[in-house]
Amino acid sequence: MKTLVIAEHDNGALKPETSKTINAAVKLGLDVDVLVAGLNISAMSEKLATIAGVNVVLSVDHAVYEHQLAESMTDLVLSLADDYSHIVASATTTGKNFMPRVAALLDVAQISEIIDVIDADTFKRPIYAGNAIATVKSLDAKKVITVRASSFDLQGEQGAVSINTLDTVSDSQLSTFVSVEQTESERPELTAAEVVISGGRGMQNGENFALLNGIADKLGAAIGASRAAVDAGFVPNDMQVGQTGKIVAPNLYIAVGISGAIQHLAGMKDSKVIVAINKDPDAPIFQVADYGLVADLFEVLPQLENAL
Amino acid sequence: MKVLVPIKRVIDYNVKARVKCDNSDVDLANVKMAMNPFCEIAIEEAIRLKEAGTASEVVAVTIGAKASQEQLRTALALGADKAIHIETDEKLESLHIAKLLAKIVEQEAPELVILGKQSIDSDNNQTGQMLAALTNRGQGTFASKVVIENNKVNVTREVDGGLQTVALSLPAIVTTDLRLNEPRYASLPNIMKAKRKPLEVVAADSLGVDLAPRIQLVSVEEPAKRSGGIIVEDVAQLVEKLKTEAKVI
Repeated sequence: MKTLVIAEHDNGALKPETSKTINAAVKLGLDVDVLVAGLNISAMSEKLATIAGVNVVLSVDHAVYEHQLAESMTDLVLSLADDYSHIVASATTTGKNFMPRVAALLDVAQISEIIDVIDADTFKRPIYAGNAIATVKSLDAKKVITVRASSFDLQGEQGAVSINTLDTVSDSQLSTFVSVEQTESERPELTAAEVVISGGRGMQNGENFALLNGIADKLGAAIGASRAAVDAGFVPNDMQVGQTGKIVAPNLYIAVGISGAIQHLAGMKDSKVIVAINKDPDAPIFQVADYGLVADLFEVLPQLENAL
Repeated sequence: MKVLVPIKRVIDYNVKARVKCDNSDVDLANVKMAMNPFCEIAIEEAIRLKEAGTASEVVAVTIGAKASQEQLRTALALGADKAIHIETDEKLESLHIAKLLAKIVEQEAPELVILGKQSIDSDNNQTGQMLAALTNRGQGTFASKVVIENNKVNVTREVDGGLQTVALSLPAIVTTDLRLNEPRYASLPNIMKAKRKPLEVVAADSLGVDLAPRIQLVSVEEPAKRSGGIIVEDVAQLVEKLKTEAKVI
């Protein structure tokens, strides 16, 4: 049997999660086909065909799939499911939305957010906000899996493989797209950035987040936030790092004015190097930080920007 | 309009889970339990719909051991009208839960089901989507705003990169994100009143759902520990360490 990976994209470009999810799928030891569904996606299909390990690209270019609504995506994946023993997607908000729907209609239990592949049936995944790692074995004939992309590497490149254009169109009448409100940013995507600098409640207000801009520019970093900063309305919620926000694992994570609650640590404690800047020496963040600086962030942030 | 709210009893979110020494599971003996935070938000949203005159009845349901009736009583104290306890001592998976809930949906025929987007113990983020699939309803997951009008529900969803709004025909399934609302606290008089509200108990295996496990829990381990770090004196030393020791900038 084969593995089907569903590509993650924004109709303009593939998300780095796709390549990392293919990396995880290759570890299953089966042929990997990739499905990409969206609108005006021919350039992306060609790009997918050059990702190492991809066997065939299945491309569905239709307005129905522009926003990848769960109901329509599910019908599409189900129409292909007979040929595959493993169906895999990234644990992004898109993947998390449609994959359990696919699993339920195939009558299989989904394995969410795997961080390691032991064999084609056995996987590791974090539970309890990352405070425990469970090894689980799927007893179902078909496996439906979502992948925590930050735990896998980017795949390399290969000579282009073939692209099969499918004309399956299933417009579920259960839901319709109304609108989208995107957060504008020039910076790298939070989940893919090599360096992330995050602010917490200690930033005191939204304007003070500007203090992170200069540092982020010099480091080519993405800017994140703790749930406290988001709930206080300092920054939009898609900047939130944590169990209930985004999971990141950059080379360098700088936590500024963040205490380090369990829910925040769940989103960043796999970063290679963690730096904490906090004026409270007892803040739990110092227990996971490689380098801690006990200081007033309003004093040291400008110094840090100058020193870089 | 009837609203059904499935809730789950989980470890209190402030408690750090400990792994059992035999690596069989997480140790939940003598640990503080509470209603899953996302489920509290779901109850709150249902109660607000009732207060706005949109919902006529709010039914809370849970699946689990006898002790989970405590969380149903909490839901009743917060304003739910009645509760259903599907009793089982088995540790069930999301698919089982969704199938059992589908039976309750069939029986109660709610126009709207509001669930939390994930439980903070298994971190699966599956049940709402699976229930939507099994009942063939539209789904509005990770909701930060829910507006009901003209037999439709508009759900603003928290997605990577911003917010997306979808319109679902009723009946529909919604799962809550953290920013949907701020749950209230139950007052003492309401806690007393909740004791007299109806709580129906149904045995899980009487609902005709195959509850055989689909996932085998092989082992549970502590995550790799981070080695202890150092406290630097000032910014200059920090930058120096990041450049020469950690080599990340």
